[in-house]
Amino acid sequence: MKDTTLRINGEERKLSADTRTTLLDALRNHLGLTGSKKGCDHGQCGACTVMVNGRRINSCLTLACMHDGDEITTVEGLGEPGNLSPLQAAFVKHDGFQCGYCTPGQICSATAMLEEIKDNWPSNVSGSLTGEAKLTPEEISERMSGNLCRCAAYPNIVDAIREAAEASS
Amino acid sequence: MTRHLKMDTPATARLLDELPSRLTGKPMDRPDGPKKVAGKATYAHEWEIEGKTFGVLARAPISKGKLVRIDKSSVESLPGILGVFSEDRFLRNPAQGTANEAPIQGVSEISYFGQPIALVVAETFEQARHGAHMLELVCEADSHGVFDPEANNISPEKPEDDQLDQGDLDKAMAEAAFTVDSTYRTPNHNSAAMEPHCSIASWEGDQLTLHGSYQMVKYNVNELADSLGIEPEKVRILSPFVGGGFGSKLGIAPEAVAAAIAAKEIGRPVCVTLTRQQVFENVMRRSESRQRLRLAADETGKLTGLGHECLVSNLPGETFHEPVIQATHFIYGGENRRLSIEVARLNRMCAGSVRAPGEAIGMQVLENAMDELAHTSGIDPVELRKRNIPDTHPEEGMPYSSRPFAEALDEGAKRFGWDKRNPEPGKQREGEWLIGMGMAAAARVNMLMESKARVKLKDDGTAIVETDMTDIGTGTYAILTQLCCDMLGLAPEQVDTRLGDSNFPKASGSGGSFGASSSGSSVYLACQDIRGELARRLGCDEDALHLNGGKASGSGQEVSLTDLLAGETIEGEGHIEPGKTMEKVQQATYGSYFAEVAVNAVTGETRVRRMLGVFGAGRILNHKTATSQCYGGMTWGIGMALHEAMEFDPRDGHVVNNDFAEYHVPVNLDVPQLDVVLLEERDDWASPIQAKGLGELGLCGAGAAVTNAIFNATGVRVREYPATLDKILDGLPELQPA
Ligand code: FES
Ligand code: FES
Repeated sequence: MKDTTLRINGEERKLSADTRTTLLDALRNHLGLTGSKKGCDHGQCGACTVMVNGRRINSCLTLACMHDGDEITTVEGLGEPGNLSPLQAAFVKHDGFQCGYCTPGQICSATAMLEEIKDNWPSNVSGSLTGEAKLTPEEISERMSGNLCRCAAYPNIVDAIREAAEASS
Repeated sequence: MTRHLKMDTPATARLLDELPSRLTGKPMDRPDGPKKVAGKATYAHEWEIEGKTFGVLARAPISKGKLVRIDKSSVESLPGILGVFSEDRFLRNPAQGTANEAPIQGVSEISYFGQPIALVVAETFEQARHGAHMLELVCEADSHGVFDPEANNISPEKPEDDQLDQGDLDKAMAEAAFTVDSTYRTPNHNSAAMEPHCSIASWEGDQLTLHGSYQMVKYNVNELADSLGIEPEKVRILSPFVGGGFGSKLGIAPEAVAAAIAAKEIGRPVCVTLTRQQVFENVMRRSESRQRLRLAADETGKLTGLGHECLVSNLPGETFHEPVIQATHFIYGGENRRLSIEVARLNRMCAGSVRAPGEAIGMQVLENAMDELAHTSGIDPVELRKRNIPDTHPEEGMPYSSRPFAEALDEGAKRFGWDKRNPEPGKQREGEWLIGMGMAAAARVNMLMESKARVKLKDDGTAIVETDMTDIGTGTYAILTQLCCDMLGLAPEQVDTRLGDSNFPKASGSGGSFGASSSGSSVYLACQDIRGELARRLGCDEDALHLNGGKASGSGQEVSLTDLLAGETIEGEGHIEPGKTMEKVQQATYGSYFAEVAVNAVTGETRVRRMLGVFGAGRILNHKTATSQCYGGMTWGIGMALHEAMEFDPRDGHVVNNDFAEYHVPVNLDVPQLDVVLLEERDDWASPIQAKGLGELGLCGAGAAVTNAIFNATGVRVREYPATLDKILDGLPELQPA
């Protein structure tokens, strides 16, 4: 057992858990934050994507006890029904999901991904490593390919992200 | 009150086209959407239940043999362990869809690698997982495991109902102007829904509540009760959100029964969630297939003979087999026919329904063969299909209900720019990429299932819809809300649709694409029931009743709905049953797919650049969710064409690629911005709301459009799915300097 203090969605949360507890299981099984999903537990699907200190990570691949003092944002921290974030609202409008199970991961991932584009991080489909990163459908698809959607809402996910990003720029 | 309808005659009254609000069909946002995007939709694992414990299944490390002993003491003293369970009520494998009773049970006989044989329960998930890992299982392997469906020493079964021999196919082949005789193979597939299967069992006395991830609640209650040896009345199942099903959550599964047994024993709720590896090892697979296609055609391309002979597999004792030839029976003519299925018994996890069982692989391969015929005969693939649309069912002679097949072919060809395709393979090149176009037809049988729903029109003029129907991502919350709005003249925010609770009226469940039309019809009928009562109160004919925006009229005067309700709630029940319209006509859904691919001339890698699907499925209930279903299906087609295959170790039969790193489902970049066109259609024979099924039509041939495009791009005909680079590379045309 280990005590860990996390800052989740702006709130301080204390956790006392087995050291084997992943950040994902801490959220889901200990802290009542079940928005983050478990699809594989092995870093292969992206359903568990959260932001740690602003960067997207697979929360199933890291132990909760490694994050003492870290700032964690989960889907619950982005918005709630009645007060959705622009990305969340765009996902509803464009039907960027079906069963909804991959969706919180998609949205957390997209939220962080848009910052990566703003900071001109290159991707595998970028023309150059140093140029300006562009918000093309191909760039969005590539950068979102770590988030599997078996319902295959991909075209709508791309549309939703594009619209939300364009609205904010 | 209950409004009951048995579909014995076509439903020619098209009330939904006459109602004032006409929300049905519109691209309304899903009412469950805000919850889903905010992480507030509660899936099975996520229910907060006082005293919840965690269970992890331990599985058989052999493919055939006996469980000799479980050494419980190997884990009982580990921290947090609450118990180790293993007994003969455990399920060997999940129940097949609509089984309505327990599947084969028992742990002593092991039939496949990964069969769940014990459950370790602990205070925390980490403790239970460690316990399941450490648990000592003594198994005795039997050397007679069968892992190869085509092995010489096994004799497959020939199910009686699947042996059609009509006319003389051999003669037709001998006399034909053009023939195709090709054998294709498709691999095993896993549904791989993103939410792993999960159940939380909790008991109050002898009453069991199961929060589970299930598609067909009414059947699941009976299956669970039968498995445990208790009365169905003692079982309640809740499944309001399901993180994808695709057939994998049709029947009650091992985790539910194990959780219920353990929860009873320890007197606390037990939550059992499969690991991703377990999803691949013990959830239903789509059977691999060998399919021999024989086509005989005259000079005009008209079929005179059609052969579709298939070999599939399943575990011993299972009645299901992949119905590969389901659509082959009716889609094309040809008087000489041999259609058959053989089933090999293997020690592989159970085979069952995976999205579009039958057509998913049957249409895919039939449509490859049609492409071969088009190429051999020099007839355009679209035209060839149109020439082979039969007037009446080629085996049973009955007419078809609404069938916009030719329209889907023409519309697709026009929109896609099919006329720009060069029919000669390997001729279009852009740098290191070879470009090709391919098309295929879509067809899927249509079914209606018994379904019930209750609608309560409350005194304040708002309504509640209740049915044990599920929404597995298909859009049930949306379409039932829309139907209720139209029928009662309400706005979406005035209707609260509640699903997935076995205490509600028993619905069809989600499966076989029948969920929307069946449960939709039951809600439609329940609302008609209410309309009848409102008309009575108003003193007008039900036909004359007009409901809109909280007002009712029909007898000259207009009154507010709340006045008419006079402080009371009106409850209506709807009950739909399939009837003679299922036998009098051939009901099916149709469509077409068009794909453009680029195949890398150096590496053999295929990228799908564009893909269009045109579909007719009767009345579309929600344009947005229907389109999404089609995107999903077409993407599955891309996956089946290019990536997906379960690989088995030929020595011991275990599945080697049991996770998402090794079993490749399409990712975002694998899928272009798809195009979907939904045809305006009403099928009066199908249901009182003129709707048919759509959830599976998107993949009933989709993969063939992709592989036919690969042929057009390269001249390589891949007959062993999936079309990975290794199968394309050798046949690529010589590289000329660009
Ligand atoms: S659950 Fe973490 S990546 Fe799949
Ligand atoms: S919405 Fe179902 S997996 Fe993405």
